[in-house]
Amino acid sequence: MTDGQDMTDQTAWMLAVRDARDKAAFARLFDYYAPRLKGFVMRGGMDAALAEEIVQDVMLTVWHKAAQFDPERAQVSGWIYQITRNRQIDTIRRTGRTMPEELKHEDDHEPDAGQVLAMEQEAGKLKQALSRLKPEQRAMIEKAYLGDLTHQEIRDQTGLPLGTIKSRIRLGLDRLRHELKELREP
Amino acid sequence: MSDITHHIPEPMLAAYAAGTLPPVFETVVATHVSMCATCRAGMQAHEMAGGAVLEEGGAVDLSDALKADVLALLDAPAPEDLPAPKRKGIYPGPVMAALKSREPRWKSLGMGVRQSILMDGPDGSLRLLYIPPGRAVPDHGHNGIEMTLVLQGSFSDETGAFGVGDLEVADEELDHTPVAGEGLPCICLAATDAPLRFHSVLPRLLQPLFRI
Ligand SMILES: [Zn+2]
Repeated sequence: MTDGQDMTDQTAWMLAVRDARDKAAFARLFDYYAPRLKGFVMRGGMDAALAEEIVQDVMLTVWHKAAQFDPERAQVSGWIYQITRNRQIDTIRRTGRTMPEELKHEDDHEPDAGQVLAMEQEAGKLKQALSRLKPEQRAMIEKAYLGDLTHQEIRDQTGLPLGTIKSRIRLGLDRLRHELKELREP
Repeated sequence: MSDITHHIPEPMLAAYAAGTLPPVFETVVATHVSMCATCRAGMQAHEMAGGAVLEEGGAVDLSDALKADVLALLDAPAPEDLPAPKRKGIYPGPVMAALKSREPRWKSLGMGVRQSILMDGPDGSLRLLYIPPGRAVPDHGHNGIEMTLVLQGSFSDETGAFGVGDLEVADEELDHTPVAGEGLPCICLAATDAPLRFHSVLPRLLQPLFRI
């Protein structure tokens, strides 16, 4: 599984960081994600200096918490997205964010390359689906995931294609759900 | 766990993944996800969508020193995180976090019904409710949204039956009377973003007293 064949570069770099503490791979991850992260945080309304502070913290968290990255259950961008939102929420809320219990793999768990690739393919399809949305729908999706919409606003946005998101990754979800069930019910 | 039939509504799961739910609802969602593989997969789907927005939305040039600064910090010790509270008995990790890892402090509401308030403020309240078998939660409506997640036992109301792990999300239009099922006492995690309104006279008089 560690030969990196057919995986996206980002996943291969992330696994090299996780398994080999590879600083060169981390530098490539940085080059790819840090400018995108800065753009993401600034679109959420933060100024450039504060945005870079968040980029720095998020990328250091990626390095320090690499052991928590599980390519069977998340793909790199989604994992970094979640770290970023946690960090942003820490700056605006007094109390930290409440996360679900972590699921623990068995220590000798061998990652399933098929599942990893399936996850990546679904992520690719999802990106394509988002790029094909009408501009106003796309803008609304962007606002929702930037954290600019309240739950009430998401609920009221009947044009928000949450169903599209769900259906594009249904196959991946079904696999994921199956795997999670086995984790919970040994 | 495989019997969960009442899940988190999609807009709420999206708001949870984006981190925009008020803390009282966030705790209920995090607790349900801790119990439900279906919603965990759904949450991860929304995180994946968030990742796509992050990846595709456009990059902004960094200042020259940032990369070197970050690389220089890789060997510095990682900041210590407090370990997340673990599940204890019927209470999943997020409930134990809200309980600050202590036992619930039950207060009687009369008729054997008890509550333990976990959070209470302008953004809503979060409580554990204990309802003896066959007992009804006093008839009430609510101004905003009410989320009720079963941790032990079961209840049913006008909309259906709810067992362990099931989540009921009621809005202001639903006037319901949940009744605990037979067997174990029903223990629920309940969140509202506005005070509950009780219809019977006595509980309304008691409202200020019990902060319900
Ligand atoms: Zn669920």
